[in-house]
Amino acid sequence: MSPLSLIRHRDRLLQALVLVGLVSVWELSSRAGWVHPFLLPPPSDVLARLFADMQSGVVFVDLGLTLYRAVTGFVIAAVLAVPLGIMMARRRGVQWFFDPLISIGFPMPKIAFVPIFILWFDIYDTSKVIMITFSCFFPIVTATYSGTSHIDKWPLWSARSLGASESQLLREIILPLASPAILTGLQIALPVGMITTIVTEMLMGGSGVGGAMIAAGRFADSVGVFAGIIEIAMLGMVVIRALDWLRARLLVWHPENRAH
Amino acid sequence: MAAGDMRPVAAVDGRGSLLAVVALCVRYLPVLIMLAVWELVGRSGLVSQQMLPGIGAIAAAFLDLLQSGELVVNAWRSLSRAATGLGLAVLVGMTVGLLMATRPLVRTLINPLVRILYPMPKSALIPLVMIWFGLGDVSKIFLIFLGCLLPVIVSAYNGARGVNPFIVWSATSLGASKEQVLREIILPAALPDILAGCRTALAFSFILMVSSEFVIAKDGLGFLIGSLGDGGNYPAMFAVILTVAGTGFVADRLFGSFVSHRLRWKEQA
Repeated sequence: MSPLSLIRHRDRLLQALVLVGLVSVWELSSRAGWVHPFLLPPPSDVLARLFADMQSGVVFVDLGLTLYRAVTGFVIAAVLAVPLGIMMARRRGVQWFFDPLISIGFPMPKIAFVPIFILWFDIYDTSKVIMITFSCFFPIVTATYSGTSHIDKWPLWSARSLGASESQLLREIILPLASPAILTGLQIALPVGMITTIVTEMLMGGSGVGGAMIAAGRFADSVGVFAGIIEIAMLGMVVIRALDWLRARLLVWHPENRAH
Repeated sequence: MAAGDMRPVAAVDGRGSLLAVVALCVRYLPVLIMLAVWELVGRSGLVSQQMLPGIGAIAAAFLDLLQSGELVVNAWRSLSRAATGLGLAVLVGMTVGLLMATRPLVRTLINPLVRILYPMPKSALIPLVMIWFGLGDVSKIFLIFLGCLLPVIVSAYNGARGVNPFIVWSATSLGASKEQVLREIILPAALPDILAGCRTALAFSFILMVSSEFVIAKDGLGFLIGSLGDGGNYPAMFAVILTVAGTGFVADRLFGSFVSHRLRWKEQA
């Protein structure tokens, strides 16, 4: 083992120890009654609840529905936003029309529009998914547009002078060169989409982790609230890791993956 | 951010400024087109006035809300909460991030927490802050603080870690104390990253402000939107939603111009 990886190992071990220590202090303090167990229920109780919910299958239904809504909204946003971003960088007319709309829409807190979507599409999955799409759309289109318009002009000119058609140019030059920026846009949009999913579920109720958590909160079931937080934290971690993995897979050729 | 870079060149003489005005109109013409389409769809009866109130009705409702003071009172409540949470997050987050970059012990202690909390959607904490702090101001301020804290910590940490060590070594060899190095070298060098993190945090503060007020509805803009919607007063509901969206937009633009003023020493890429 090289000294560097030894240091890295020691670091990981220490960090894991810190976490274990924190959880034990938490367990101890609520067991000993230093903090009220209603405010900070002992982690063992929370785990027991999670386990019971797993056995009854409730967790998987909730997580599945939340994941389905988040991913559907996110994918629709990507399918709409990436082509639009590329078109904006390639066609002046498209850029003229959409640039002001998107630069106004990008910094707005989209979550404020939830009541409008409830009014238009009721409180079921349609309005949740549309809301998620709406909030993921702007970061993706902005990143795609900026990434595509900052492509180095030399490869474009060389390809064109070698007789590449517009669609070849798009597939062979523009998409690969813009893909790091597009993926960054997706990586920004995904957490936004997760936040939106949880809030829409909390507001509209029904199944899903957000709805289950707000119900637990209303019934003063703090163990249920903590179980929900752990579920969502896990889900957030998994989807973000999955996108990181996808980036590394798609950009194997890119220098960013050659450094280590 | 990059989408807004197409500003017309500022001009000195009268003809130039006229050109600038024309360019501005051409640039924002699509917005006017969208508004016209909105109005036409409402007028044509394709969609009921309930679903899509006309722009005139929304403007009238906005003026009513402004005169009755409802909008101002609730906006003040919301924005003061967002500002408190964001301000605390920037102070604490910068300190923690810089300490993490300079003190290995702090890094070992804080890093696992950051790595667990960072990918977690902060809106999931709304029921928790409700249990901890009740329905008042504290729960919402704490939520906004937590949500804004992580982007600031991470950006300050990354910015401070990326400082060229040669500069730090030169300063130290010239006799700078640890504190001077932090204040004179690391902070300015990390500033672009920190400010970018603060801009993300600003966006989060608005999102969390509105969502927490939707869910823990007691007062504030989110509550106002919800209660107007429940009462079926849709023009007023649209007016408040557009006010929130506009305020978020203006706050981001103001911060953006503050950043470019603050970083004017930095050469443009």
